[in-house]
Amino acid sequence: MSQINRLSRGGRIDRSQPLSFSFNGQTYQGYAGDTLAAALLANGVDVVGRSFKYSRPRGIVAAGCEEPNAVLQIGSTEAATIPNVRATQQALYAGLTASSVNGWPSVNTDLMGILGKVGGGMMPPGFYYKTFMYPQNLWLTYEKYIRKAAGLGRAPKENDPDSYDYMNQHCDVLVVGGGAAGLAAALAAGRSGARVILADEQEEFGGHLLDSRETLDGKPASEWVAKVLAELAGMAEVTLLPRATVHGYHDHNFLTIHERRTDHLGETAPLGQVRQRLHRVRATRVVLATGAHERPLVYSNNDVPGNMLAGAVSTYVRRYGVAPGKRLVLSTTNDYAYRVALDWLEAGLQVVAIADARPNPKGAWVEEARAKGVRIMTGSAVIEARGSKRVSAACVARIDAKAHKVTSSGDWLDCDLVASSGGYSPVVHLASHLGGRPVWREDILAFVPGEGFQQRVCAGAVNGVFALGDVLTDGFEAGVKAATETGFKPVSGELPKVFGRHEEPSIALFQVPHDKSTARAPKQFVDQQNDVTAAGIELATREGFESVEHVKRYTALGFGTDQGKLGNINGLAIAARSMGISITQMGTTMFRPNYTPVSFGAVAGRNCGALFDPVRYTALHSWHLKNGAEFEDVGQWKRPWYFPKRGEDMHAAVGRECKAVRDSVGILDASTLGKIDIQGPDAREFLNRVYTNAWTKLDVGKARYGLMCKEDGMVFDDGVTACLADNHFVMTTTTGGAARVMQWLEIYQQTEWPELKVYFTSVTDHWATMTLSGPNSRKLLAEVTDIDLGKDAFPFMTWKEGLVGGVPARVFRISFTGELSYEVNVQADYAMGVLEKIVAAGKKYNLTPYGTETMHVLRAEKGFIIVGQETDGSVTPDDLNMGWCVGRTKPFSWIGWRGMNRQDCMRENRKQLVGLKPVNPDKVLPEGAQLVFDPKQPVPMSMVGHVTSSYFSTSMGYSFALALVKGGLKRMGERVFAPLADGTLIEAEIVSSVFLDPKGDRQNI
Amino acid sequence: MLNIFCPHCGEQRSEEEFHTAGQAHIPRPLDPSTCTDEEWGEYLFFRDNPRGLHHELWIHAAGCRQYFNVTRDTLSYEIFETYKIGEKPSVTAKAKSAPLTSRTAGAKA
Repeated sequence: MSQINRLSRGGRIDRSQPLSFSFNGQTYQGYAGDTLAAALLANGVDVVGRSFKYSRPRGIVAAGCEEPNAVLQIGSTEAATIPNVRATQQALYAGLTASSVNGWPSVNTDLMGILGKVGGGMMPPGFYYKTFMYPQNLWLTYEKYIRKAAGLGRAPKENDPDSYDYMNQHCDVLVVGGGAAGLAAALAAGRSGARVILADEQEEFGGHLLDSRETLDGKPASEWVAKVLAELAGMAEVTLLPRATVHGYHDHNFLTIHERRTDHLGETAPLGQVRQRLHRVRATRVVLATGAHERPLVYSNNDVPGNMLAGAVSTYVRRYGVAPGKRLVLSTTNDYAYRVALDWLEAGLQVVAIADARPNPKGAWVEEARAKGVRIMTGSAVIEARGSKRVSAACVARIDAKAHKVTSSGDWLDCDLVASSGGYSPVVHLASHLGGRPVWREDILAFVPGEGFQQRVCAGAVNGVFALGDVLTDGFEAGVKAATETGFKPVSGELPKVFGRHEEPSIALFQVPHDKSTARAPKQFVDQQNDVTAAGIELATREGFESVEHVKRYTALGFGTDQGKLGNINGLAIAARSMGISITQMGTTMFRPNYTPVSFGAVAGRNCGALFDPVRYTALHSWHLKNGAEFEDVGQWKRPWYFPKRGEDMHAAVGRECKAVRDSVGILDASTLGKIDIQGPDAREFLNRVYTNAWTKLDVGKARYGLMCKEDGMVFDDGVTACLADNHFVMTTTTGGAARVMQWLEIYQQTEWPELKVYFTSVTDHWATMTLSGPNSRKLLAEVTDIDLGKDAFPFMTWKEGLVGGVPARVFRISFTGELSYEVNVQADYAMGVLEKIVAAGKKYNLTPYGTETMHVLRAEKGFIIVGQETDGSVTPDDLNMGWCVGRTKPFSWIGWRGMNRQDCMRENRKQLVGLKPVNPDKVLPEGAQLVFDPKQPVPMSMVGHVTSSYFSTSMGYSFALALVKGGLKRMGERVFAPLADGTLIEAEIVSSVFLDPKGDRQNI
Repeated sequence: MLNIFCPHCGEQRSEEEFHTAGQAHIPRPLDPSTCTDEEWGEYLFFRDNPRGLHHELWIHAAGCRQYFNVTRDTLSYEIFETYKIGEKPSVTAKAKSAPLTSRTAGAKA
């Protein structure tokens, strides 16, 4: 298919490089240098999508990121597909596959369109809320179909094959925007020697200079652009980032830049390249040269394809060599739009008429157009367009802009393109990201950046400076200012000469009046992406939504992926007029990051897949793998869960492991337990203050179990601490609590008791810990150590230093299983060798490796708690029946003591830790099951507690559980019931939480 | 993202390296046992939430692991000073009222 709208010459495209692409299944051709939007227009594609609510056909309106309609799905495969790509910002590449994001069965014959036509008048703002509100339970059903009909793009179903990354950057001056002002600013700052980053969102630097008919030093403006870029590229401290949108201006001059490095090359990145990069920049000064977006006029049927922004028409003609029509009608409020008419004439096309809302325009551009014989209709505007899938005529009438009235009958002009310009809205988004409110300037009819908490200078159009010569000067001065404020010497330089022209101010016009009232006139669209009309905004204000934020939320104005870049100012002007207040009184909505959508890939960077979260392995991990361990995640650690033998399920493996420990000996990798080395003359006093029990009398060589509480008296960690020397202790914490406890110790030492001389060092990774547990553990250990393991030489709750497997070791005789146990600690890099020696010696004892599941069963049989399983931040030591671990007479009011003496903690009938023995010994209570005393009571029942741990015990031959039950310690022998979700009931008897060996005979041998 | 000067390291570093630890200058009662339940509850649970100047406790968690104090404007996020534990702030609400910025000036009542 030929490119029917391609001009025979001109544009910055490479006509020697034709590129094929497809849109909605049809193949077209464009050229290298085209955007997808330019290529679609070149091929005469008028309809690119259907509208959100009314399903009206929509075409391309703009040429930049402000485009509301040409939001497409790109990519030929499920893995490569990307939703909501603005065709105006997507460079064309060979084989690009695009489709509309909505419209069914197709954008040209859309069934929803009929609904829009029939029901359009009955779909005011809030329509969905008002209509589908009742009955409430059907909303889910409605929503499914509403979303399907209205959808904007579709998330990919397969993994993105590309990679993305972050880059952290620091610079003296970050220049945002590579148009006239930005280039001049970068030049000034770069020449001063400052470290400069220049970021621009387009494919090429230059902004409007690339399609401007104005000259610099008498030559095309693009020549100056090339010269400046060459100079900047030669500066060592200057970084040029094209295709890079600064999308967020965060606190303390931290800005984020979304760089699309290969999106212009193909649907997946070339091998070895990153598709997109997120630059995280800390800039000492920022120059915002973000330019301005042209504001469209709001008139009836302004959404029919063939209605465009005036400036966009120039861009397509001059930059891409594309004429999006043949016969142009222009509707303007200002001088600048006349350039469009001149460009159009130069391309050999017909300007039917220019409607200028000003009564008597006489600017230089106006006179130039007039001299070429263009029909200029003053004091007039296009009040309505006609056409279904393409504009066929426009109605121009005389208007009184101030009184918002049409003063003559309309004149219908045949045309296929209506271009409108209501002036320029500075791109104040970034300047307002930290909450700074933009300020309305009546003289230029625009919001400009207000005060903000930003170290920035604004330059050019964003400042309300529009004439090219002034823009260049403003940019250069901003660059000088930013560089000198960061400590560099100011530079001077010659700026190119701009041909001076007489310009006249524009007139305030947002919504064009129609001879019918707003409510009765054909639809006048304000926000095309969300189908918000002028009538909708009027209705919202009539219904009492007076704040601009409320109007926005009620009508959905600016809620689209374009964030209302074209519609918002018109919308609030209409709301202000409808309420009879000024635009300043109305104010703007908040501007928040991101300026344009950022892909999830760029946000995630490398932090996905295996790199999403670090994984911690113990020194013995490869041994576990070799021995068939199944792993469990405990925090970031991979811990062996159980070691199944061939054909065993988890239940069988755990049963076998438990039996081995109880009958002979097992070995557990306990390296993940937190270990904190505590030293200093006040170490002992410090322990007294952070643990609930007393540490004053713990001798060197001994170890003690301790509970840690928060100030509220609730248990938050536990573990064994051993005394290595009078000033030296080593504390163990729970695996998950290690970092938390470390910080807890630090905050008390540093902020509350800095007078205590004590120091903490995390040594978790320095030591590997192997726990030998079971009646044969002594015999086995004796074969690999020189330590005297005799009952009296090495009693329970003591530790010894010596050689194990030939390397120095600390051995702790402590037990978490209730069996005779030794915890062998060796330097982590010796651990594998030591383990191999123990395993070799252990063969004759049937030494069995066991994992966390067996450890949990064994400790539960003994009633030992696990913090975070038996406790949940609302459990005191007394609730756990661990009052023996509370030093009630310690002189210092240690952490938790005051808290646990609050009235509520002393109350009778608190939930207390007890054992549960199901009446049916084969029934295992589900962990977390709620308990009741009377199962016959009506629903909702009064819950009296819940199951915290529950297992089947192979060694005891019945199921058992630990539970927190109201007043449980005084209810021994009573029955509780667990009513389960499936309607069944498990009955259990309340028993002591210690099921096995209550006297501790097994560990004291 | 805030840029915070760690008074221990003597360097300006990014917020990612730090954690906040709540309001500063809330000393633990010297003798908790003399506190009523209400006083103890006050100490444990009640904190100021000012609009403007605020003294906060921070830790350089991914750095020197030291705690320090920050005087920060909760409106503009401007940091006026950072100082070590035990030192007194030189910027206080009495000495300096937080600048009334456009964030407040422009907001609708």
